[in-house]
Amino acid sequence: MTPDPALVSELKAALGADAVLVSAEACAPFECDALNTQRHRPEVVALPRSAEQVMAVLRACRRHATPVVARGAGTGLSGGALPVAGGVLLVLSRLNRIVELDPERRLARVEPGVTNLEISEAAAPHGLYYAPDPSSQVACTIGGNVAENSGGVHCLKHGLTVHNLLEARVATIDGEWLTLGSPAGDAPGLPLLSLLTGSEGMLGVVVEATVRLKPLPERVELLMAAFADVRRCADAVGRIIASGIVPAGLEMMDEPAIRAAEAFVRCGYPTDAAALLLCELDGLDHDVQHDLQAVEALLRECGATTLRVATDAAERLRMWSGRKSAFPAVGRLAPDYFCMDGTIPRRHLADVLDRIGEMSRAAGLPVANVFHAGDGNLHPLILFDAGQPGDVERAEQLGAEILELCVAVGGTVTGEHGVGVEKLGPMCTQFGSDELEAFHGVKRAFDPDGLLNPGKAVPTLARCADYGAMRVHGGKLPFAHLPRF
Amino acid sequence: MDRDDTEALVERVREATARRAPLRVLGGGTKQFLGRAVDGELLATSGHRGILRHDPAELVLTARGGTPLAEVEAQLARCSQRLPFEPPHFGADATIGGTVAGGLAGPARAWAGPLRDFVLGARVLTGDGRVLRFGGEVMKNVAGYDVARLMAGSLGILGVLLDVSLKVLPLPAGERTLALECDEPGALERLAQLSRGALPLTAGSWTGGRLHLRFEGSDATLNVIERRVGGEVVPDAQAFWASVREQSHAFFAGRQPLWRCTLPPLVPSLPLEGAPLLEWNGLQRWYRCPPGVSAFEAAAAAGGHATLFRHASGAHEVFASLAAPLLQLHRALKREFDPAGILNPGRMYADL
Repeated sequence: MTPDPALVSELKAALGADAVLVSAEACAPFECDALNTQRHRPEVVALPRSAEQVMAVLRACRRHATPVVARGAGTGLSGGALPVAGGVLLVLSRLNRIVELDPERRLARVEPGVTNLEISEAAAPHGLYYAPDPSSQVACTIGGNVAENSGGVHCLKHGLTVHNLLEARVATIDGEWLTLGSPAGDAPGLPLLSLLTGSEGMLGVVVEATVRLKPLPERVELLMAAFADVRRCADAVGRIIASGIVPAGLEMMDEPAIRAAEAFVRCGYPTDAAALLLCELDGLDHDVQHDLQAVEALLRECGATTLRVATDAAERLRMWSGRKSAFPAVGRLAPDYFCMDGTIPRRHLADVLDRIGEMSRAAGLPVANVFHAGDGNLHPLILFDAGQPGDVERAEQLGAEILELCVAVGGTVTGEHGVGVEKLGPMCTQFGSDELEAFHGVKRAFDPDGLLNPGKAVPTLARCADYGAMRVHGGKLPFAHLPRF
Repeated sequence: MDRDDTEALVERVREATARRAPLRVLGGGTKQFLGRAVDGELLATSGHRGILRHDPAELVLTARGGTPLAEVEAQLARCSQRLPFEPPHFGADATIGGTVAGGLAGPARAWAGPLRDFVLGARVLTGDGRVLRFGGEVMKNVAGYDVARLMAGSLGILGVLLDVSLKVLPLPAGERTLALECDEPGALERLAQLSRGALPLTAGSWTGGRLHLRFEGSDATLNVIERRVGGEVVPDAQAFWASVREQSHAFFAGRQPLWRCTLPPLVPSLPLEGAPLLEWNGLQRWYRCPPGVSAFEAAAAAGGHATLFRHASGAHEVFASLAAPLLQLHRALKREFDPAGILNPGRMYADL
């Protein structure tokens, strides 16, 4: 599709010719985000340098009734920044200044293209950090973090993006500026900052975010426990939390993931274990000491076969390195993999893992499990070979079944990666048509003509009708015996 | 006692929508003073009650909107857990639905976070009688817009809260409150200094020349803090914090308008007459202003906002005004959830 020349010249006038890309070669790098199975080369890429230029792009798109998709670093895992045909891709990476870092008030005001890790690095000399730490934190930007409500391995205790965001300055598709939230923590009116967070670029474009900084903890300890049985490991997770301890991180891996990580980074994981638990505790010296002893005792009671506490920061980083490189490590086991992102109530952990194992065997595709056990957020990695006829379809089918299982036990189809284009189908499993229609209503309130990131995050009812026809076999819902709540 | 009143509530709302008859949504009736006055027929939610699920290992509790807040807190206490935002009751009949709709938090707010941070899911009855379920009972959930959280502090203008799911947390190992004598600037300086450190300061409040500081942690931690901070240990600290939270403290007595100012960190004393009561380490400040005097300007000038919390004389709006595009957005959302505009009309802003 050829871009509208009038729109292109308006954009060039507002942004400068070098900030508007239209050639196929220049636009090619922007054809997908980290969900690289879906691609569309954008017809126009706009690279504004300021909030005013962002607004100019939105106003021009509004005038020309042209869809616009915001993109940060393109690390999203669900296709949220996938360009749409006939639209403008609004790339925010040049808005990359830390506008203000105030150690006294413990906040940072940043442009959307600042990376997650840059904030913590800038805050570190003051003994502060920005808590949400998605695994892509070296590259992912704060604008994208707001759009996806990004989490990380420490969010059970330290919160998601929504818990650490104080204020956002937002450009709407109607060409208005909104200030949502406040450094005071509360703002008058409805809590629209919470609604914006995780809205996948559907409601507005963040041009500045003010985030809370936390003091670096006085003491950090990391325990690694190995189990000969997945169920014992899953039980240990519930026991730790029920005991009144909230770990900073509580991560679990199953045997294929342990072996892959150990082979990849040699981090000292016991490769004969069926399950591995990493439990990080942080806080004041005495409190951490107290919790450490309690957790050690609990893990022994739960039947841990190996129990190790990292002796220093270097060992702690090494023990974490296996977990943090688990995706690429598993990626070496097969030509392709899909990463699922369902969240379940923790009490179903062992049963769900058993069921995933059965489903994996039935499908003939291996699954490795790496997940945020503390908050029940699973990341089953389905291994396949796109070169083998039928493999992609079988992998997609298995993925959909896993997400349906998550919903059936009272969970969700996406804990932190977002819906994007990837999970539009599974959304139909989780929500009824009334809820979906209400989501479209929220969208209408912000963007009546549906120009911001159209077609993402919320499926149309028509799409769900098709999806339902495909998924419901013989009038039977999968896992019909399980309660749905 | 527990009862699912969903059908009756839906019927009542549908019928009111058909007549375009405004409804005044009422839980336990403990926070009727909050917000602007609503003229409408009563929609009582207190019959729709009962705790639906609470598994301590999940850190989640789900209850019907009309469940008494006291019942929820008693259930959590039995399992050594709590609502981290320490909500005020303002009366024995407070309900969990009214608590979420009111969006208020108690002394722990600056440490634990606002109420909305703990909303995981909600079943909502919209103004046109739809029953919608948003969010869920899991900690991480980014499927669909976070409409459940939007209900926090929405004052019932978007929907009636049928069920809510809240994240709960364990009780701390221990708590200790220290008191120091100082004036207001001295208190603000002390709070600023303390909030620069990493100490678990879970509440900080100053009134009448006395600064109360509450810390939590193990005994060993609390002993270290006590030595470092100084002051005297307050023996009946729970009573003090309850009097601040429930506004039964002498500061709140009388009919003089009560203003609440919410401010960014490190704001010096506001140019308002009369000594305030400081909370949330200085982020929330209460003032008793003579009728006709407004705190809106002073709070806004300091980067925060003010609310005429109690004893409005009618001379002022209750909530700080919204910028025009923001108010427009509120109206558009209201239309989506309550097309006939029958739920608590005018409670938050006129025409909303």
